[in-house]
Amino acid sequence: MKNSGYFSQFGGAYIPEILVPTFDELESAYLAAREDESFWQEYLDIMSTYSCRATPISRLDNLTEQLGGAAIYVKREDLNHTGAHKANNVMGQGLLTKRMGKKRVIAETGAGQHGVATATMAAKFGFDCTIYMGAHDVARQRPNVFWMEQMGATVVAVTEGSQTLKDAINEAFRDWVTNMEDTHYVLGTACGPHPFPEMVSWFQSVIGTESRAQMLERTGKLPARVYACVGGGSNAMGIFSGFFDDKDVELVGVEAGGRGKGVGQHAARLAYDDATIGVAQGYKTYFLQDNDGQMKDTHSVSAGLDYVGVSPILSALHESKQVRFEAASDADVVAAMQKTVRNEGLIPALESSHAFAQAYAEAPTMSPDDNILINMSGRADKDIFTVADAVDDPKWRQFIIDKAEQYQNAGATK
Amino acid sequence: MHSRTTALELSIKKAREKKDILLMTHIVLGYPNFDDSLRIVEDMVNAGVDLMELQIPFSEPMADGPVILRANAEALKRGATVEQSFEAAERLTREFDIPFLFMTYYNILFCQGVTEFVNRCKSIGIQGCIVPDLPPAEGQEYLDAMHAAELSPVHIFTPYTPESRMRHLSDNSSGMIYCVARKGVTGKDTAFSNEITAYLETCRNSTELPLAVGFGVKSKEDINYLRGKVDIAVVGSETIRIMEQEGVGAVKGFIETLVA
Repeated sequence: MKNSGYFSQFGGAYIPEILVPTFDELESAYLAAREDESFWQEYLDIMSTYSCRATPISRLDNLTEQLGGAAIYVKREDLNHTGAHKANNVMGQGLLTKRMGKKRVIAETGAGQHGVATATMAAKFGFDCTIYMGAHDVARQRPNVFWMEQMGATVVAVTEGSQTLKDAINEAFRDWVTNMEDTHYVLGTACGPHPFPEMVSWFQSVIGTESRAQMLERTGKLPARVYACVGGGSNAMGIFSGFFDDKDVELVGVEAGGRGKGVGQHAARLAYDDATIGVAQGYKTYFLQDNDGQMKDTHSVSAGLDYVGVSPILSALHESKQVRFEAASDADVVAAMQKTVRNEGLIPALESSHAFAQAYAEAPTMSPDDNILINMSGRADKDIFTVADAVDDPKWRQFIIDKAEQYQNAGATK
Repeated sequence: MHSRTTALELSIKKAREKKDILLMTHIVLGYPNFDDSLRIVEDMVNAGVDLMELQIPFSEPMADGPVILRANAEALKRGATVEQSFEAAERLTREFDIPFLFMTYYNILFCQGVTEFVNRCKSIGIQGCIVPDLPPAEGQEYLDAMHAAELSPVHIFTPYTPESRMRHLSDNSSGMIYCVARKGVTGKDTAFSNEITAYLETCRNSTELPLAVGFGVKSKEDINYLRGKVDIAVVGSETIRIMEQEGVGAVKGFIETLVA
C-alpha cells in the first residue's frame, strides 16, 4: 500500500490483511497501464470495434420545444454494447486482468447491467466468471440474470443482509479473499478501496472527453449544466471529468429520492442530510447508516442506484461544492422516463431517468441560449417488468398471464 | 524484550509458564442474545478458556464467513447496540479473570470516535482490539490512542504476507499477533499439516510477540498440531456452530474436549 488514495478526507483502502498483496499488484498494474500509451490505445480500439464508441450526442428537439428554456442534449451511453456505460469499465478492467495474467473474474451487480457487461467481457476474453447479485435484485432483474447465465457466468443470489448491491459487494470480497491468486474483482463503480474509485473513473473518463469535444463541435460552446444520475457514481465521474476544468459548467449529480426524505425511503447520500461519514466496504465516504455505524436499508425504484455509499471522489466534490447534488423521486423518475420515450423515442434506464427528471425540472428556468447535457447512462430494456408495473399496462399484464399459463400447461404435460 | 510490553502480553506469557498452548475463543456479543452471550462466556471460562475475543456486531462484516456473518446479522436484527456491547463487556471483565479483546470493524470505532472508543475500552477493562479492516497505514489515530492507553492493537499475519510487512505489522502491534492459517473467510476448514509449518516459522521469526493462530481451528487434533509452534489456538466459528446445532449448553462440553 504505497498510496492510499484519498480525495479530501474520503477514500482510502480499509482492506483485510489477506488482500494487501493483491491490492499492491492491482495498483501497480493500474499505474503501469496509465503510463503506457499503448494501453489506452488498445482500450479505445476495443471500445470502438466491440462496443460503439464514440457514442453520439442527441438533441431532444421535441422536449426542448415543449419545455422551453435550455436546449437539451443527451450523451448516448445506452448505445454501448450491453446497453450501458458499464461496458467502458469492464473492458478496461478486462484488459488489466489479462495483463495481470488472471483467469477468472468476479463482480457484484445491482441492476444487473454491470453483471451482464462483466459476463460479456469474460466470454470475449475467455475468463471464468461469477456474478454476485442480491436475491432481491435477482427477483426484479430476471432478464439480465438470463443473459449472464447464457454467457456462461455463474450468478450467485446473495441472501444476506438487505439482499441488494452492498451485500453483493460483501460477497464478492469474500470470494476474492479466497481466490485472489487467479481472480480479479471487477468492481463496477467508482467506490471501494483504492485504486478502484480512481481506476474506474479513469476508464469512464472516455464519456467526458468525448462529450466535451462533441458539444463544442455541435453547439460551438460548452453546456451550461451537465446532469448524471449517481448510484455508486461511475457514470457521473465519467461525464463530469470532461468538465472539471470548465468553471462555467455546472455539474449536477442526481441521486435516488425514492419515496422522499426519511430513513429507508431513499438512497440519497449527498442530496439529503440523512447520511454521515463512515467506513465500510473498504473505503471512507458518506453512508446511510445509524449512529452506531450500522448500514441502513435504502430504497429506489432503480436497483442500480439502491446503494448505501457513494464514490469518495464525489463526496469530496460535494464538499468542495464542485458538484451540486439533487434527488429525484420514484414518481418523477418514472414520469420523466415515459416523457422521454413518448416524445423522443429514447428509452432511458430508470437509473438514467433520474438525471432526465432533474434536467426537465430545471431546463424551463434557464435561458434558450443555454444548452444542457444529460448522461443517458443506460437503456431500459432490463426495466421492462418494473416499468410495465409502474405504468400499470393492462396488455403487458395479460401477456405475462398468458405466458405463465403456457408454461404451466407445458409443465403439466411433462 | 521489545519496547511496548502490555498487560495482555504479560498475562499471555505468565499463562504460558503453566500451559504449553493457550485457548482463545470468540463470540459475537448479542448473539443469540446478551443473556446467552454472558452465559456462554461463563461456560467457556469455567471450561478452561484462557482468553476471549468479543465481537461487536457490524452490518458489513467483510472478513467473516457465513456462520459469524449470520450471527452479526441476527444480533443486529434483535437490536444489539454498541452501548450494550460495552455494558456486556464491562460485566465480563469484572466477573472473569482472563484477558478480553474486542474484535470489530473500523466503522464501529469511527462512529464512536476512535479515541473515545479506545478510552472506553480502557475504562471497562478490555485489553486489546482486533480490527480486521484497519491496516496500520489507515489507523494512525487508533494506534496512537491504543498505545497511549497501554492497550494492545493486534494485527493479522497471513500466509501471503511478506516478511518485511510482517515486521511492519509487528512494529505496530502489542500483546500478540493473530496469524490466520489460510486465505478465505472465517469458518471454513483448514488442513493443519506440514504445509503451514513453514509459514508459522516465518511468523515466529518476524515478531517477538506471542502468536495466536485462527481460521479453521476446531478440534483437539488441530490444537495438538499447533502445540509447541505457537502460543494460542483460536477457536471461532466452531463454537457458534456447536451452539446453533446443539444449544447454548453444549458449548462447555465442546471446550472441555479441546482443553482435555
